[in-house]
Amino acid sequence: MFGNDITIPHLLIFFPLVAGLITFFIRKESSVKAWSLLSVILTLIISIASLYYRNDRALSGLNFNYQWIKYMGASISLSLDGMGRLLTFLTAFSFPVIFIASYRNVYKNTNVFYGLLLLAQAGLMGVFLSSDALLFYFFWELALIPVYFLCSYWGGEKRIAATFKFFIYTFTGSLFLLVGIIYVYLQTGGTPFSDHSFSLQAFRAVVLSSAQQNFLFWLFFVAFAVKMPIFPFHTWQPDTYEQAPTSVTMVLSGVMVKMGVFGVIRWLLPIFPLAVAKFDNVVIGLSVIGMIYASLIAIKQDDLKRLVAYSSIAHIGLMCAAIFSVQSIALEGVMIQMFSHGINIIGLWIVIELIEKQLGTRKISQLGGLAHKAPVLTILLVVIVFANIALPLTNAFVGEFMMFGGLFRFNIWYAAFAGVSIVLAAVYTLNMVQKVFYGATNSITESMKEISLNEKLVLILLVVLIFIAGVYPQPFFELTKDSVATITARFK
Amino acid sequence: MNAILLTAIWGIIMMFGGVFFKSKSTPKYWAIAGLVIIIISNCLELTSGEAFFAIDSNNMLSFNSFNLTFITVALVSTLLFFLLSGSDIEKVGDNVSEYFALIFFVLCGVCLSATYNTLLILFLGIEIMSIPLYILTGADKRNLKSNEAALKYFLMGAFSTGIMLMGIAFVYGGNSAGTFFINDINMGEGKMPVLIAIGMVFMLIAMSFKVSAAPFHFWTPDVYEGAPTVFTSFMATIVKIAGFMAFIRLFENSFGKVHGQWQLLIAVITAATLFIGNLTAVFQQSVKRMLAYSSIAQAGFMLLAVFALNDTAKEGLVLYAAAYSLATIGLFAILIKMYDYTIDGFNGLAKNEPVLAVTATIFLLSLTGIPLTAGFQSKFLMLIAALRDGHQHWLVLWAVICAAVSAYYYFKIIQAMFFKEAGQDVKEHGSIAAGSVITIGFKALLIFTAILLILLGLFPFLLTEWLHY
Repeated sequence: MFGNDITIPHLLIFFPLVAGLITFFIRKESSVKAWSLLSVILTLIISIASLYYRNDRALSGLNFNYQWIKYMGASISLSLDGMGRLLTFLTAFSFPVIFIASYRNVYKNTNVFYGLLLLAQAGLMGVFLSSDALLFYFFWELALIPVYFLCSYWGGEKRIAATFKFFIYTFTGSLFLLVGIIYVYLQTGGTPFSDHSFSLQAFRAVVLSSAQQNFLFWLFFVAFAVKMPIFPFHTWQPDTYEQAPTSVTMVLSGVMVKMGVFGVIRWLLPIFPLAVAKFDNVVIGLSVIGMIYASLIAIKQDDLKRLVAYSSIAHIGLMCAAIFSVQSIALEGVMIQMFSHGINIIGLWIVIELIEKQLGTRKISQLGGLAHKAPVLTILLVVIVFANIALPLTNAFVGEFMMFGGLFRFNIWYAAFAGVSIVLAAVYTLNMVQKVFYGATNSITESMKEISLNEKLVLILLVVLIFIAGVYPQPFFELTKDSVATITARFK
Repeated sequence: MNAILLTAIWGIIMMFGGVFFKSKSTPKYWAIAGLVIIIISNCLELTSGEAFFAIDSNNMLSFNSFNLTFITVALVSTLLFFLLSGSDIEKVGDNVSEYFALIFFVLCGVCLSATYNTLLILFLGIEIMSIPLYILTGADKRNLKSNEAALKYFLMGAFSTGIMLMGIAFVYGGNSAGTFFINDINMGEGKMPVLIAIGMVFMLIAMSFKVSAAPFHFWTPDVYEGAPTVFTSFMATIVKIAGFMAFIRLFENSFGKVHGQWQLLIAVITAATLFIGNLTAVFQQSVKRMLAYSSIAQAGFMLLAVFALNDTAKEGLVLYAAAYSLATIGLFAILIKMYDYTIDGFNGLAKNEPVLAVTATIFLLSLTGIPLTAGFQSKFLMLIAALRDGHQHWLVLWAVICAAVSAYYYFKIIQAMFFKEAGQDVKEHGSIAAGSVITIGFKALLIFTAILLILLGLFPFLLTEWLHY
């Protein structure tokens, strides 16, 4: 069924899928961990290979087509453009990091835990690779199901209610997306076998009236906005991040929220340009409100996980606002920021998890003086925190600077209000660093020990990446140039 | 034709066989054997187009790939039902072979109402289907609730039959050809004459009653809850989808050309059914009663096919019938084995019986309509059909909102099975009822059903391409 040869997009999806299914049947805990780590590293290698695979002949090998439900015009078509490469690389990179960071953690039913994580990885890869609307929807939902089980089974005390809220939110959004997809599908031209087609090309070619675009825009946007999340669809997010087991939170916040951003860029902007031009103010307005609102709430948080969760809402809000300014500089910024945000937030989660594992708490009010006990951890964390508030030399600076540049060109007031959130970000992050890491130690933090070698290595790897992307972001721009050009061409 | 004759004959064999069968489990094997023969003969008719017996029905019955595929779906679902729950039928009472005989008679009615060409056969089909069901509902003779359900079902059923007859009379008197043939009633595209319109509304009410569409659904939860659970499983699936088959045939052939004049009426019924079914299911504590409301909710989705009435809708209805029946039969088969029928009774099932829990999850995901399951493909086809129709877009949005609500109650069971600890009561008695045995064969069949659902979810054309034979 896979045509003549197996290409990189296949491997990226089917390798984690098969590896995940195998994991369910491994009994021994240590072999489960070793096997799943091995398989995500292999996936990473495949993904790195895809970054260098860019001559024309090979590129046609990257695109692949198989008639799936022929008479409906649905095909299993996968393709890798620049943005796809970047996000599949992010997915492939974050899983080994997460697995190494949580290697010592003990989970009951380890095989199911890691199996589900690998299935989630396969689903995420599928979302970033599919260029067929029905296939995209398949993966969009399939990435959700393993995460639902992971959070509900291994999560915190209130996990069932929190995860269920998350599920209902995203499922409802997805169903609207499905209706939207079907509506557009019925307007598309035919293929030799069917009246209509689900392919991305057909979706881009379809001609929709302004009135049609206006309501389709919202059907699509709600699904993506819930996933990102954008104010006022964000209420599931802090609860879920807080209750989910930390390694799943990393997947959720590092990679899964990018599904929403990706969806907007791949499936919304090029198909409904008129509606985007009409509603850009509404969406950017919501995003900016969300940024300031989330930052203000983050200042008041006592739980480290909730603090990072709200900070993530603010960061994603900026990305969404930048996308809807439809300036090429802003879009380039979004591309690099999607990657940077993933790296930075995973770094933050790792640190929080390390603290919680050792001290059994993540309340800011109960912590203090960790710098005396764990200096290396503190240094690494401070770099990650600087990246989180986008100081120069860090990766996030490049992205945020460009996004603000684009937003500024679009409307100076939005840029000014969004800028407030940067100040607020500095307030809550530095406040957190000060309270948790500096000052005197107390009875709880007395017992803190320096982190182990593999934890150090993971954090150092992230910090190095933060600096590389901050000083020399050129490769990222080269990689995503084609995707940005495709979008901006639609709005000329 | 094969299926109609053979189900009737096999029903008689089962009925008189009861005198000769020594052991209580013999009738089950006879029934399964008979059903396999009927399925094979029906498939032969589907592929070759020739029946074993050349009987001239004077065009009162019509056999095409759509009808025959549908009959195959109903028969295969029944086979699965026999295999999964056959041993539970034996526990209902002493007259085991009569229960099987009645089920075969119901199947005969199912075949008639899928292939009828005149209103007379429609009436016969619906009645042959209903009367054995009244008996099956009351099969648990010493249970008051079962008796109550049977009486309620019988009275309400008789009432709706009366309305249907009246509708048939109006349509017969109103059409200029003076005919019972559904194709000849088709009166052109002009405005419906008053008599026909009245007749149509009466028949719409009667059919809505049979498929338990709101506001004619009130009997459903009580009857489904009161009836012995095995028979509820049969009633909620095979009988219900047969009702839809009759529904769509009647409205497509007789009233298809005046579609626009009654479409809004169906749209309102659909919206109400979806709303009432889903919303009430949310509040149920008993899984059996919840599945009854869920069957109303799923009926709402199937009504979209009657609403849209195009080729996609017919294709979708067959797929929906298969997806819904397989998942519901599987769920009921598990439910029958449970000690406690409430949602709390499912707590901790994943630990005690992982195979049951995992397969039940797949059935529930399919009913919710999550991709990779047949439930998604069928809901998807229904939505395409309704949107392709081009009218009443609000109904589609309404349907997906209701589908989102349905996730709420289906996932409550998943949560109970996987994420909750078993309560004191369940710990003492175990999740499974004392008399029930979970055999390896039962587990294997559940896994087989789940795989079937996933296969249809990935490749729906495995089933729908039979329609184009």
